[in-house]
Amino acid sequence: MLLEIEDVSLLYGRIQALHGISLTVDEGEIVALIGANGAGKSTTMRAISGIRPVATGSIKFAGEDITKLRADLRVRRGLCQAPEGRGIFPGMSVLENLDMGAYTRRDKAGIAQDLARVLDLFPRLAERRKQAGGTLSGGEQQMLAVGRALMSRPKLLLLDEPSMGLAPMLIQQIFTIITEINQQGTTVLLVEQNAQQALARAHRAYVLETGRIVKSGTGAELLHDPSVKEAYLGVA
Amino acid sequence: MTTTIDPPERRETAVDKLRNGRAAVADRWHHAPRWVRWVLLAAVIVFFYALPNKEFYQYLGPIPTPGANFTQVLFTVSIYVLLAVGLNIVVGFAGLLDLGYFGFFAVGAYTVAVLTSPSSNLKTLWPWLLVVPIAIALTMVSGVMLGTPTLRLRGDYLALVTLGFAEMIRIAAVSSTFLKGQRGFSEIPHPPGKYADGRPFFGVLDARPYYWLVLTLIILVVIGVRNLTHSRVGRAWISIREDEDAAQLMGVPTFKFKLWAFASGAAIAGLAGALFAGKQNFVNSQNFELLNSIIILAAVIFGGSGNIVGAIVGGGLVAYMIERFRGIELFGIELYEYRFLFFGLVLVIMMIFRPQGLIPNRRRAAEFKDRRKEVIVGE
Ligand SMILES: Nc1ncnc2c1ncn2[C@@H]1O[C@H](COP(=O)(O)OP(=O)(O)OP(=O)(O)O)[C@@H](O)[C@H]1O
Ligand SMILES: [Mg+2]
Repeated sequence: MLLEIEDVSLLYGRIQALHGISLTVDEGEIVALIGANGAGKSTTMRAISGIRPVATGSIKFAGEDITKLRADLRVRRGLCQAPEGRGIFPGMSVLENLDMGAYTRRDKAGIAQDLARVLDLFPRLAERRKQAGGTLSGGEQQMLAVGRALMSRPKLLLLDEPSMGLAPMLIQQIFTIITEINQQGTTVLLVEQNAQQALARAHRAYVLETGRIVKSGTGAELLHDPSVKEAYLGVA
Repeated sequence: MTTTIDPPERRETAVDKLRNGRAAVADRWHHAPRWVRWVLLAAVIVFFYALPNKEFYQYLGPIPTPGANFTQVLFTVSIYVLLAVGLNIVVGFAGLLDLGYFGFFAVGAYTVAVLTSPSSNLKTLWPWLLVVPIAIALTMVSGVMLGTPTLRLRGDYLALVTLGFAEMIRIAAVSSTFLKGQRGFSEIPHPPGKYADGRPFFGVLDARPYYWLVLTLIILVVIGVRNLTHSRVGRAWISIREDEDAAQLMGVPTFKFKLWAFASGAAIAGLAGALFAGKQNFVNSQNFELLNSIIILAAVIFGGSGNIVGAIVGGGLVAYMIERFRGIELFGIELYEYRFLFFGLVLVIMMIFRPQGLIPNRRRAAEFKDRRKEVIVGE
């Protein structure tokens, strides 16, 4: 088990956003987390990456209890998140942003290799390598956020709505890239509004509703589940 | 019937011209060969070393201040430049709002006063040079003590706490008997050093040696800061300034680096305070008004927060302009009385037309730019 979350609750002040959720991600998987707006998907990601402390419960990563570990040290353990709303560095160029992704690494050769790979995955970024991150289009920023997270060569990549705000063609493309990244050996935990695509690509998936996991199963199972269909796939 | 509406042609305003002119200068500078830049830089440095000599500045037209000893003014200006360079690390690089930066200057000055002056209760009477590292260390420690609880919090807490800190120091200086209030500390020793004929190099009347000392230290500090900003530390600071959450998600230990920026800024202010005390010979509670903190912060923003040259120019210009008003009368009004009115006015105009400062940081410019005007960031 690469990631094991047990009974995690999280509070924002007095608002409880997560009510004891448990989920697991196995090595080599793509796991999707779907749910309506405000269900707590991003909050779950924040708990895993350590941006927000959890109130109760435990998080284990690669056998180690990281519940209380600082966020930057979790990155060093191989856990990297591309945040929702992109969170790229607006004043840094595309290359500098990608370079920040490799902040915890010191192996020059490996970094160069990964940079080439990322620019290969996202030719658009290669074209715009010197442009300031803040001036990229929304879709380009999205690619940059994913590329930057890859630069840390994570064991587990956390993606929070990578398809948000993208044109249909680009959505297709970003999901293809996610599958590709996964096939190259990176485990992926994916948060998506775009449930159709996410469930089709994911090995397994969880459905989150107001801070609780209400369903789980393989991607295909959930894709054909009547209640999921009705609530998240827009078909009666 | 159709009418075509021509888009109103955009006339080039004076502001545009100024902006383009500056951009052209910056462009030429960035494309000049290396040796040209070095020669120009050397010329600027030589100019500033020569500046306090009457034989030189008397030919500079309106530049010398009419109402005050120009060499003394230069010393004051140089202290402000040093402070601006230090505060720029905190505000400009790490993006932390420090409203009480002058408090650290006070800690440095008082450390020197207490440990060297015969008026001090401690009666240690240590030499100035020995106390300087102690002053720097103490300001750094006070920076760490202030930063440790506050830098973990987000947002405006730091601004409030630093503001409170500077006021605390000032009130302690005014009312504690240990810090002597208005009466202050006298006979603070000068830095060591003698001319060949045995006269002390750092005397009472001639401000030039002190100015040269500060100038030299500015150059050393700037070289240090520059190296720092081009390292992993600098990258971490910039990432924190631009997006703290994202920086943390990239594995940057944000708290550690914020504390570092805060403490190194404080240390530089401590150094400036120690230099001030060593020159002034006398330190009392009147030297540390809140306004000073605001002036330095304004100078950094005015010059171009996040850019070392910007901070130097900002600190220098602001401190100089304030002194320049001294002794000028207009319609029977002493302009110096209204110096802060002009200062405020200039700041407001500046923030409207050029919010990123006179000489902005390239990235900062990009952070300010709007997406429609594409910018290219160099390597
Ligand atoms: N910083 C915060 N302070 C207070 N409440 C918050 C904060 N962040 C999120 N919340 C609340 O927690 C709940 C879960 O939010 P979260 O961002 O995790 O939703 P989400 O599932 O990611 O939704 P979306 O699909 O819209 O991104 C929401 O009710 C939200 O209002
Ligand atoms: Mg979300």
